Amino acid sequence: MASEAPARTTSLTAEAEDQGHYRDYARCVHCGLCLNQCPTYRLWGREADSPRGRIRQMFLVSQDEMPMSAAYVTHIDRCLDCRACETACPSGVEYGKLVELARGRIEQEYRRPPIPRFARNLFYRQLLPYPDRMAKLARLAGFYQRSGFERIATGSGLLKLAGLEARSQLMPRIDRKFFSTDATRVHEARGIRRARIAFFAGCIARMTFTSLNEATLRVLQANGCEVVVPGGQWCCGALAVHAGFRDVARDLARRNLAAFEQGDFDAVITNAAGCGSTLKEYGQLFGPEDKDHERAEAFGERVRDVTEFLDQLGLVSPLKREERRVTYQDSCHLLHGQRVREAPRRLLAAVPGLELVEMRFADQCCGSAGVYNITQTETALELLRQKTQHARETGAATIVTANPGCILQLRAGVKLASTGQEVVHVVEILDRALR
Amino acid sequence: MATRNISGEAIKELAQIVGSAHLLTESLEVSLYEYDGSVETGRPDLVVFPGSKHEVAALARWSNRHRVPVVGRGAGTGLSGGALAREGGVQVVFSRMNKILEIDVENRLAVVEPGVVNLDLSRAVASAGLHYAPDPSSQKACTIGGNVAENAGGPHTLRYGVTANHVQALEIVLPDGEMVRIGGGAVDPPGYDLVGLFVGSEGTLGLVVEITVKLTPLPESVKTLLAVFETADDATETVATLTAAGVTPAACEMLDGWTIRVVESSIQAGLPTDAGALLLIEVDGMREAAEEQAQAVIDLCRKNRAREVRTAQSERERETLWKARKNAFGAVGRVAPDCYVQDGVIPRTRLPEALRRIGEIGRRHGFDVGNIFHAGDGNLHPMLCFDHRKADEFARAMAAADEIIALCIEMGGSITGEHGVGMEKDRLMPLLFSQADLALMKGVRDAFNPLGLLNPGKIFPGGKGCGEIRIPAASATEGKRGTARVDEAGGSGPSGADGALRDRQA
Repeated sequence: MASEAPARTTSLTAEAEDQGHYRDYARCVHCGLCLNQCPTYRLWGREADSPRGRIRQMFLVSQDEMPMSAAYVTHIDRCLDCRACETACPSGVEYGKLVELARGRIEQEYRRPPIPRFARNLFYRQLLPYPDRMAKLARLAGFYQRSGFERIATGSGLLKLAGLEARSQLMPRIDRKFFSTDATRVHEARGIRRARIAFFAGCIARMTFTSLNEATLRVLQANGCEVVVPGGQWCCGALAVHAGFRDVARDLARRNLAAFEQGDFDAVITNAAGCGSTLKEYGQLFGPEDKDHERAEAFGERVRDVTEFLDQLGLVSPLKREERRVTYQDSCHLLHGQRVREAPRRLLAAVPGLELVEMRFADQCCGSAGVYNITQTETALELLRQKTQHARETGAATIVTANPGCILQLRAGVKLASTGQEVVHVVEILDRALR
Repeated sequence: MATRNISGEAIKELAQIVGSAHLLTESLEVSLYEYDGSVETGRPDLVVFPGSKHEVAALARWSNRHRVPVVGRGAGTGLSGGALAREGGVQVVFSRMNKILEIDVENRLAVVEPGVVNLDLSRAVASAGLHYAPDPSSQKACTIGGNVAENAGGPHTLRYGVTANHVQALEIVLPDGEMVRIGGGAVDPPGYDLVGLFVGSEGTLGLVVEITVKLTPLPESVKTLLAVFETADDATETVATLTAAGVTPAACEMLDGWTIRVVESSIQAGLPTDAGALLLIEVDGMREAAEEQAQAVIDLCRKNRAREVRTAQSERERETLWKARKNAFGAVGRVAPDCYVQDGVIPRTRLPEALRRIGEIGRRHGFDVGNIFHAGDGNLHPMLCFDHRKADEFARAMAAADEIIALCIEMGGSITGEHGVGMEKDRLMPLLFSQADLALMKGVRDAFNPLGLLNPGKIFPGGKGCGEIRIPAASATEGKRGTARVDEAGGSGPSGADGALRDRQA
């Protein structure tokens, strides 16, 4: 694995990106149609924790009409960035972009208390950008999970005592073998080649969702895609963008731009909706004057979620019958971030015998939201409790979704509520039906 | 801007009533309640989130004791500033009181708390084949409590009526903290029809804490038609023809060309952007009747030179069309920072003339006026787009708006069809009502709300309540928007009561 950290290319203070976004903010006509779609507004009923209220606060701060107070930071931190408000908004306010810019400014100008500041810097600056460090950490966690330490910690009630029981359920299971992206690999298409695509493997997913990544390759190959896994790729930067570390995200973006410019591909494919949404929006990370802006825009236009791509391409591989009732949980960054709603549903409907039962509020966030379930655990668990209830009501044996983060969260949910349901990705359903 | 001196003691009492976690005192948080969906503002001094009707009653007693106004608020989607604390005081936000208490499928009734979201109720009863019929465009966010206060309408008002037609009974808290039930089971309850009086009283008669609403069966069949016209005149004449022919659809909405283009850029519903106007018409009922009526509508549209009449082929297509209609006001945010959505009524037979003259008024003041409205009942919603940062645009927009409303009245219509008077149209009331009319209405308000502590400064010209100079109703229209404030820190003395008295004599 590459051990070099990306070179720091942008100074922290060089940007004041959210200044002068008056036009973006002015699109909001404060009609309030977003309120009831916002998970935190639904929980607490507070304007300050609604999209409309957050837009007003971000606007006032961006115009220097309001100080960057602790209360302001709290309200912005509590946002899931699920972007359900964007789907609801008739005026086309790009809320995700605004909240990400606002968080960028918070990161630059606001001094958090020592412990969170230390933890954030450690994770976003010292770990996330370095594949080798992340891998070492993952191996350590894998050892903890497999060696019996975890069983002891759980069994002895130690985790419960520390209030960490639910939180430990949210931790990913580390794979024995990681999905490699050290060197470029090519996987031939099965049958006639219909497309040549580049696969984006993710960062944490590469160490915890190896089997999902492999299933994705199989499904793509079976449908006539030559799949290239470009070497040198790493984290998309979504977590960093969402936390306000825009310089880190830009450096990661440049690394991926270089990796995916190695060849000529029909599309760049990801099975992680959260990553896809950020990859598609790489252009937003670089101002119009930046030399990388155009590259980033061009790259973004080629990115497709795997469900979106397969749906457009059309399935050609024969699928065997699968008598099973499933329900689909929309991944926010697929539905709201990328506006892909029907594609995953159509793919599921293509499997003979599969019965899709819609759950209530399928379009509402499960509480995963990147690292939200770690930073705002209580809120995340409340949203998860509701989600688990809605999923249970459908009587489905399987909950299907389209993002590794959502899968982790939902698996924790079904475990905590002992519903016995399995949680899988859309492509895993297709993969099973292949054989 | 805190306008009142509310003592530390009084604030402590308030915290005891609702719990300190449900009281906002910090200026950042409080300032987020100074706006709603309208172009008005009014900032409260404090915000509370009661959790039960008993807490609301205690809040009313508190308000009475300390002579501090209270103003109810649901989701803040109103378009006339009805829920804004024009004179400061305590904003009572009902977002925690959002439970559906009872669904009685057999009697087609539901009992809800005021903070229940309109569409959430319809969703909750859909499996029983029922819905809550009033469907304001903001129905996915607005609350039933707010709907009751403003007597909200919506596209399907044409067939199903407004909120008032769907409220069976109410439990209200009066300003002195007394809780009373009004209305009831009988079709014609004995005594005064207080529910009829209360619905649409804009929070000036009491705070609603429980609502019994009527549920309506979902129609067996719904047909949604989109008629495309080359000119707005053809579309409006079609509406007049439908009326004359006795064809009453469930909804009949019109979008003019300007609005079609703005909405299509937002929703991508496949609307023809080169059209002069569209009619979105819905008919419903038993299958055969709906089909027959749909055919009658299609024939009449064709007769009036409709270029095309489409029928929605699926529920999804129907939803998309309605989404285009219901998101229209918000979509305007794409073209201008501010949008003033008006709400006037004219006799529907005079639609063609009204639209032409509204266009002329707009042009004279230098604005494009978009029109999207409930054509079937003559309820217009002209939209004026402006940018409040540009020197005189706000003033010009308001001047144009006033002329449009004056036109509605001249044509024999009204100053509001469904958005309410609020703080938007109070000064226009004398154009429609005589001194005697207004005095009677004030008498009603004072009977419920003698100290003027409930939502002061609304409905009646010249503001209302403590610390305001009384402007005789007749001269109010000559004055500026709003009223002169003499004693901003006032409100704890008996001046409110005196004011009310003087009002009655005025």
